[in-house]
Amino acid sequence: MHGASLDFVDKASSFLGPYYITMAALNAVVAGVLQFRLQRSGLALGCLIATIAFVILGAFAWSGSLPGLGHNTEHLINSLLSGNRGAVVYTVGTAVGLAVLYWFRRFFVQPVVAYIGFNLVMLLLGLSMTNPNFWEIVAKPDNVPIVMLVLLLGFFTWLATWKAVQNDDRARQGLPPLESLDNEKVLVWPDLVYTELICMVLLTALLLVWAIVLKAPLEEPASAVKTPNPSKAPWYFLGLQEMLVYYDPWMAGVVLPSLVIVGLMAIPYLDFNKEGNGYYTIEKRKFAYLTFQIGFLLLWVTLIVLGTFLRGPNWSFFGPFEYWDPHKVEAQNNVNLSDYFWINLMGASVPRVTSDMGTAESLWMILKREGLGIVLVLGYFLFLPPVLAATVLRPFFIRMGFIRYMVMAILLLFMAALPIKMLLRWTLNLKYIVSIPEYFFNI
Amino acid sequence: MPSIGETVRNSQIWKSIFRHPMPLDRRNRIVVMLTNFFLHLHPVSIKKQGIALSYTWCMGGVTFFLFLVETVTGVLLMFYYRPTLQWAFTDIQALRDVTSLGILRELHRWGAHAMVITVWLHMYRVFLTGSYKPPREFNWVVGVILLLLTLLLSFTGYLLPWDQLAIWAITVGSNMARATPFLGSEGPGQQLLSIGGIDMITSASDARFGLLGARFVGEETLNRFYVLHCIAIPLAVAMLLAIHFWRVRKDGGISGPL
Repeated sequence: MHGASLDFVDKASSFLGPYYITMAALNAVVAGVLQFRLQRSGLALGCLIATIAFVILGAFAWSGSLPGLGHNTEHLINSLLSGNRGAVVYTVGTAVGLAVLYWFRRFFVQPVVAYIGFNLVMLLLGLSMTNPNFWEIVAKPDNVPIVMLVLLLGFFTWLATWKAVQNDDRARQGLPPLESLDNEKVLVWPDLVYTELICMVLLTALLLVWAIVLKAPLEEPASAVKTPNPSKAPWYFLGLQEMLVYYDPWMAGVVLPSLVIVGLMAIPYLDFNKEGNGYYTIEKRKFAYLTFQIGFLLLWVTLIVLGTFLRGPNWSFFGPFEYWDPHKVEAQNNVNLSDYFWINLMGASVPRVTSDMGTAESLWMILKREGLGIVLVLGYFLFLPPVLAATVLRPFFIRMGFIRYMVMAILLLFMAALPIKMLLRWTLNLKYIVSIPEYFFNI
Repeated sequence: MPSIGETVRNSQIWKSIFRHPMPLDRRNRIVVMLTNFFLHLHPVSIKKQGIALSYTWCMGGVTFFLFLVETVTGVLLMFYYRPTLQWAFTDIQALRDVTSLGILRELHRWGAHAMVITVWLHMYRVFLTGSYKPPREFNWVVGVILLLLTLLLSFTGYLLPWDQLAIWAITVGSNMARATPFLGSEGPGQQLLSIGGIDMITSASDARFGLLGARFVGEETLNRFYVLHCIAIPLAVAMLLAIHFWRVRKDGGISGPL
């Protein structure tokens, strides 16, 4: 789309004007606190500059000339994140980004660094909102909660990591965690009940403002014959819908979500580590921490964001500034493992089940055709746990005993099955490891 | 001359409702927690760090409050809304365009989205502080069930406006049930459940049919989801919430360093 319409400029400027002014006001308050309460003049000056910058941006936005990222930058981002490659760049990029944040957490959790990061994110969001295609997706009423989720997760992850880093430092010096410093008991009335009251009042106000500013969506009346493209599940299930790219519905829609619930319930019975109960820490429970964060931030939230903002018609991948063209078709030449094995490796034709075969004979044919895949999958679930128990996970096996260890190992292997299949798809165009469409059984 | 406030507080009616004087001194601040039904969920005193917002993020409390908001706005919406093909969409349309308190729908919808988010944040906090560890293992399990029920509440409510967004989101979501192993008409192992060559699991008897009450999202589904959304799931949630809160107290109160 070229040249934003007047309608859009109106809409965008009436959002971005107040948006930038809010950011300016926030920075002004922070500058004031830094100057007069904390006596940090240098930092206060920085916040003051940010205030002025946001005021200028706000004035521009309000007057209808929308400062954006520029066509070249938007185009560059689109071409990086486009087509089949887009999902790879986005997912791997997020994984690397989270790994960098984790690895250099001591640097990133410093309040100054985190606050600058927050301002940059808000600036980037504001600049991006001037693109009509970006706006179209992000400002959809039901997508607004996901923007809030991402921002809130960013904030709370920072808060938790900041406390964990401090506690881990204290533990190295032989000091107790910060949480045990304030052991004084206070009466619930007034200390807690008033906090609750204030929370309730603020939340009610927030909800009312949200409800006044943003109308709940209502589309055309339901019609069983007009299928929208794309058809999407509610946003909190879009991670599961995104998994459908890699797994069939029985895995992505039934088995894996059930195991997510079972796995979550199993956590307290599998985590035998007594440390880190009742305070923030990373060092003392690294394995549990990393497993949870990979599962939650990477495999759940990242895929929800992908499924909501970057998947368009026909579930094709679209860059954030790309127009959702329903005619965009991505060539997908995905190949089954059995095809690779029989055609490329053995130089033969794939064994076929024909209609004149009896049940036993066709089963034998299927077994022969998918033999390699079946062996690999069985090996993954039956062979890997004992191997891991004897090697890297040996301390776990000794502490947990056979049953608890096996439950944990199987759950972890199921969790790892998603990134493994992603990698196989991206590198080898692998469709199914085991493909038995005769029995709706594809892995 | 006693002031009006004093007269009221000394009346028999007031004293029959509130069994204690104003909670202004230490003794009465303790008594109020013990004699008031709504306050007795709390302990009388608590460690200062246990109520620090930077520790709890207040997310459990916020989630509970949102559940109450959803209950109140939901009951009011039920006065307007009829879950039939004839009326469902137009009732919602009227809420948007005509009804004076149409904002109830916005409050209900945004409150629901917010509740999903705050449940996740609450669990995130509980995990990061290791608060699921003994003796609180079972309360974490109750919490996971509450998470599932929150998602189901939101999912069943998503259908009720009966617009394109609603039925296709539910269609996409419930199509998964068709692939349930053994119990879905297109699930692996479905063929095994047949007697004398007749399939037991078909599109008119599988897990998806049980969920929708029909072979596609239709009026039966609307009715089914309405009942689940307004009665069945809220009752289950209320029950589990009671257990959840009770166990917080019985398992030693809010977590903290040992």
